[in-house]
Amino acid sequence: MSLLLFDTLLCGLLLALALASMLSRQLSHAVILYIAFGLLMALAWARLAAPDLALAEAAIGAGLTGALCFTALARQGKLPLSPQVSWQQRGWPVLFVLLMLSGLLLALLQLPASPGPLPALVLQELADSGVSHPVTAVLLNFRSWDTVLELLVLLLALLGTLQVAPVPVRQNSWALGRSWSQLLAPPIILLAGYILWAGASQPGGAFQAGALLAAGAVVLKLNRQLNWLAWRNIWVRFFAVAGLGVFVIVALAAWLLPGLAAEPIWLRWPPEHAKYIILLIEVFATLAIAITLTLLVVAEQPATPISLERPDTAGGSDD
Amino acid sequence: MTELSGSLLLFLITAASLVAAGVYGFIIGPEPLRRILALNIISAGIFMLMVVLAYRGYDGEATADPVLQALVLTGLVVAVSATAFGLTLLARLKPSSSEISAPEEPEQ
Repeated sequence: MSLLLFDTLLCGLLLALALASMLSRQLSHAVILYIAFGLLMALAWARLAAPDLALAEAAIGAGLTGALCFTALARQGKLPLSPQVSWQQRGWPVLFVLLMLSGLLLALLQLPASPGPLPALVLQELADSGVSHPVTAVLLNFRSWDTVLELLVLLLALLGTLQVAPVPVRQNSWALGRSWSQLLAPPIILLAGYILWAGASQPGGAFQAGALLAAGAVVLKLNRQLNWLAWRNIWVRFFAVAGLGVFVIVALAAWLLPGLAAEPIWLRWPPEHAKYIILLIEVFATLAIAITLTLLVVAEQPATPISLERPDTAGGSDD
Repeated sequence: MTELSGSLLLFLITAASLVAAGVYGFIIGPEPLRRILALNIISAGIFMLMVVLAYRGYDGEATADPVLQALVLTGLVVAVSATAFGLTLLARLKPSSSEISAPEEPEQ
């Protein structure tokens, strides 16, 4: 019964935060409410037996999206209150949304209560996947296509962002924030490494570790640290592309090398090597996701050295 | 009518309502940044729907559906990268059309 109470409270808060974020007249309030919403979503994932999602959401939904939206707010400068919308203007949208909602609920309430055949199939094939955590097995073995294409989407988003990135907002770094972020960096690296390793048998894996690393790197970047972490650094470019590249090369190798698999199929790992293949892919995917997400959040034009106040100390290979 | 249990039904209705709240925010706007937030709320509702579907049949021993959870995990990362791209485009849109875009839409 207490669980139902918790669920009611959680759902109520989620809905209230989402509605308040949409209805508030000040954009900065909307962004802050959305960040709180993201944190509560992480709690909801944990409640719904999806700890993998909770880990990723806590780093992405609350952390990175918040930083993104605040950067966008800072770019826009001081904004006026959004104009009051009269009830006549609200009428038609409300009617439309209510109609849509009732149709959606009507469809959803006819869903069967028993799950489909997929979970049983995954558990049945888990022994041959190279890992013992079902979500990691699905991501990097059974449905690797999704992960390949996702890395491609990330790379395309990064390339697009770098093309149109505006001049970065210059903010002063705060001494306390700087030293705090430096203190925070080693534990985050340690934690990301642990989450990556634990992903084989427990909730965790490349996405969560990459998102966590990115969150740490964004905090450091916002405090004017990590100057080498920019697109002009050749190693950053290499690792941003390597996530996808290593995945495709490994897939090609597993497909084409004779004797590695009994019946070579594209993106199907031979069971006896699957553990090491997945680990290799995950390490590079983690780095690629971390670098890409960091550069997406603190996007700056690669070829504008004039806008930098002092010449940067990008060594390149000293990372 | 469905035979889903109480909590699950609650989360299902919340997911649908989140989608509705997001659609409403997307229509009303008026700032482009709020519309991007609205898209994120819609995607949160859809992800929650998928996670609730994955939760069916979970009873402590049997795991929740890992296929749906993996899809949502992929979706989370894709959503944040799309949001980042959208916000960068927004930053470029702003200086040239700051007088036109935001205040006028409610009058239409």
